[in-house]
Amino acid sequence: MPTEDRIVDVWGERTPYARGGRWPVRVDTHLADGIRDEDVERWVQTASSLHSNGDAFDVAVRDGRMVGVRGRPDDRVNHGRLGPKDLFGWQAIQSPDRLTRPLLRRDGVLVEATWDEAMGALVERTRALLDEQGPSAVGFYTTGQLFLEEYYTLALVAHGGIRTNHVDGNTRLCTATAAEALKESFGSDGQPGSYTDIDHADVIALFGHNVAETQTVLWMRILDRLAGDDPPKLLCVDPRPTPVAQVATVHLAPRPGTNVALMNALLHELVATGAVDDDWVSSHTVGYDGLRKVVERYTPEVVSAICDVPADQIRAAARLLAEAEALVSTVLQGFYQSHQATAAAVQVNNVHLVRGMIGRPGCGILQMNGQPTAQNTRECGADGDMAGFRNWSNPDHVADLAKVWNIEPKQIPHATPPTHAMQIMRYVEDGSIRLLWVSGTNPAVSMPELARMREILSQDRLFLVVQDIFLTETAQLADVVLPAAAWGEKTGTFTNVDRTVHLSEQAVDPPGEARSDLDIFVDFARRMDLRDKDGGPLVKWSTPQEAFDAWRECSRGRPCDYSALSYDRLRDGGVQWPCTEAAPDGTERLYAGGVFWASPEECESYGRDLVTGAPLEAKDYRALNPFGRAVIKVADYRPPHEMPDDDHPLQLITGRTVYHFHTRTRTARAPELQAAAPEVWVELSAHDATTFGIAEGDLAEVRTARGAVRAKVRVSGIRPGVVFLPFHYGYWDTPEGWRPGEHGRAANELTLTDWDAASKQPIFKTAACSVSKVADGDGSPSPAPVGLSSTPVTPRAAVVDHSAGGEQ
Amino acid sequence: MKIGIVLRDLHHDETELARTLMQLADEHHVDHEIQHLGYDLADWSLRHVREIARVAEQFGENLEPAPDGTPPLVDRARRWASERTGRSKDAELVMVRDLKDVYLRASGVLTDWEMVGQAAQAIVHDELVELATRCQAETKRQMTWANAKIKEVSTQALVV
Repeated sequence: MPTEDRIVDVWGERTPYARGGRWPVRVDTHLADGIRDEDVERWVQTASSLHSNGDAFDVAVRDGRMVGVRGRPDDRVNHGRLGPKDLFGWQAIQSPDRLTRPLLRRDGVLVEATWDEAMGALVERTRALLDEQGPSAVGFYTTGQLFLEEYYTLALVAHGGIRTNHVDGNTRLCTATAAEALKESFGSDGQPGSYTDIDHADVIALFGHNVAETQTVLWMRILDRLAGDDPPKLLCVDPRPTPVAQVATVHLAPRPGTNVALMNALLHELVATGAVDDDWVSSHTVGYDGLRKVVERYTPEVVSAICDVPADQIRAAARLLAEAEALVSTVLQGFYQSHQATAAAVQVNNVHLVRGMIGRPGCGILQMNGQPTAQNTRECGADGDMAGFRNWSNPDHVADLAKVWNIEPKQIPHATPPTHAMQIMRYVEDGSIRLLWVSGTNPAVSMPELARMREILSQDRLFLVVQDIFLTETAQLADVVLPAAAWGEKTGTFTNVDRTVHLSEQAVDPPGEARSDLDIFVDFARRMDLRDKDGGPLVKWSTPQEAFDAWRECSRGRPCDYSALSYDRLRDGGVQWPCTEAAPDGTERLYAGGVFWASPEECESYGRDLVTGAPLEAKDYRALNPFGRAVIKVADYRPPHEMPDDDHPLQLITGRTVYHFHTRTRTARAPELQAAAPEVWVELSAHDATTFGIAEGDLAEVRTARGAVRAKVRVSGIRPGVVFLPFHYGYWDTPEGWRPGEHGRAANELTLTDWDAASKQPIFKTAACSVSKVADGDGSPSPAPVGLSSTPVTPRAAVVDHSAGGEQ
Repeated sequence: MKIGIVLRDLHHDETELARTLMQLADEHHVDHEIQHLGYDLADWSLRHVREIARVAEQFGENLEPAPDGTPPLVDRARRWASERTGRSKDAELVMVRDLKDVYLRASGVLTDWEMVGQAAQAIVHDELVELATRCQAETKRQMTWANAKIKEVSTQALVV
């Protein structure tokens, strides 16, 4: 279909299908201006790298450059469809301001250097710190955007070679709660559901998940079900009037920071109305009595006052869940980035457990991911987990991993849980981590409380290494900058939220001297002379395929089993793990028949106290769950630490738009995407706009105890009392480069340093803030996208704004 | 009957545990997990103190439901000091010692609750049995948290 309008018409034309039917194919394609099909020399297989859906497509190549993309019709994930970031985002990697040579800080200034000089400086400092302090001086902070092969190599180098416990990724900010909630409920990470569950569901419940903007192709699938026969009913929990909310059967817009109260009320209703499958619960779960006791108090009336949602609406939502024959639930940042994140996400798992709706068609749980390869960093252990979903507090698992790596078990740090990202930053702050190696992420914009983060990252005593494709805000603070090859310039695999593994092949050469992240990690291991217990090289591979083969062995027999997968097999299209000799075509759903990876011997985690975050000991878990059933956990609601007051009467939530990804390093360099959302904006409800005397298009200042940000106002249908800021906008495209000039632009200037005790995911949804007008609008509208979640509150307001200049 | 005396001791120990947790949170204000969990878990002990005072009346004890808070000025001074010293590796070492103090006090409170719970069963005092069971479980979680933090921080603070 034509794609010129896919910026405005985000989801394209409908291809309706009925419940239980097959989702029709629709091939989306986009070629650069002046390029016709016959001009394309090669089509090279890949998948989405600018969101987490895992859409499969081919990249068009001509004269050694990318010239377009085309969806793969036979792939199970997208059936040919692509979203706006797939269609246009690839242009960014051909931007002229790519990093092409290593940079080294000399006399305070970053100057070009050779790879030998840059890696030499890194190795020299690493060695000196290991001699002087030991592995505790070195930290690694990676991303959700490398390839599986790269994470696995990083995990081996960091845990098995340097032997530091300080390894995490920015997945801590986006998907840590997904992993933790799955571990708490099912003993191990691993998504139970499949995208094909959408085809069979009669109710789809989306909890804090604006799928219409974050996973556009998954939303197309839902829209096509809605347009077909026997459509599903939708439940949406979101304080913003998202496209999902606009078509939902029931839309709940709770006060930010009250998700657990709301979930407890929904469970209360399921118990009270007899919707619990008692037989299933008693034979497949433990902990139900505890749940029943806690949720007893959470009547819709009580919770209505906490969440500011009418009790009738809570009842209506619970009725959808209670009457569902086949329920799909999805969860994302609205839950994950709030306080009590794990407790809220676990309650979604509990809805399925008490209803016995897991492991069969249409009964899927999708604890969503935020980034394209977030799943792999969890699998490979580059994020605060251990490779292959092994349990760091189970000595047998550690010994098993040591065998795979051919090192002694005591060489793998496992005395405590791997250090999470926020704690890594704290150790950098107190000076006990003295070398931080950041790969593929931009903490100077994406972490909370940026003034603090800039102080931490710009300390003289810190040796900061940044490996990236552009000179990000963080890279500008580095001592060594390593230019990396981007997606499309290297080969590797990655896995989406429904466990579909895709192969992404190299289409074009990296610019200048840029090298793949895999090459850089392997080179570091060689230069450090990291060895196994027999004196052989610790990292025994150098190519992506060799790394994949090594990972395949590491995963063998684990829940994320890749043992029957190969690059050749993946050339035919995506396959869902576990993929074994017994299941050579992959596995559509986990936990069929209510069988879990949760026995004390098998589980990845013994779980944590949901309130204090303290890990459970093996003996506690053995007593709780000796036979490896699913675990029903529950927590009481607690208000957030930071509540609105006289000075800060509103609540700030930060979030995302369909047109951008993370800190815009790539999407702002794709002209169509940048033009669609060129500048930061702030959303206010009509009620608050009136209260504070602010109109559409005015310049406003949003202030919290941490700082202030200025942005033009969009008056939208957002819940009164709530202020929304997109988090994508930093400083690399401003004169200051890495920090605010006179006024803040990055939403994280305002966010607080606080996190969910169990998943350690920081809170981005409940900062207390004030809003004030700085200047009247000049007649131009707010730069917010005109549709989607940011739709102006009345069409008239938008019209007035657009034409205001002419009327003056 | 000596239950009143044990409740008075428990009231004292639980008050001290709350104070120790708040002090921990103030002194290590720059460590956000300690800051937030310290205050949260102190709230548990303050709630216990109120419940102890209420039930103790039945045993002839007149106990304060809300202990005197630490003067706010001192809190601020501690926070100020925390922010000055938070950039030092030694801050973590002090923190391990303070966590140990929390752990030991919590284990004392746990023993108090065990004594109260045993006595309550002996006299078949349903209200006190329920209170002791519930609070004892929370005290155990406070202890487990302190212990987990000690384990975690020791691997860094004691080796730098």
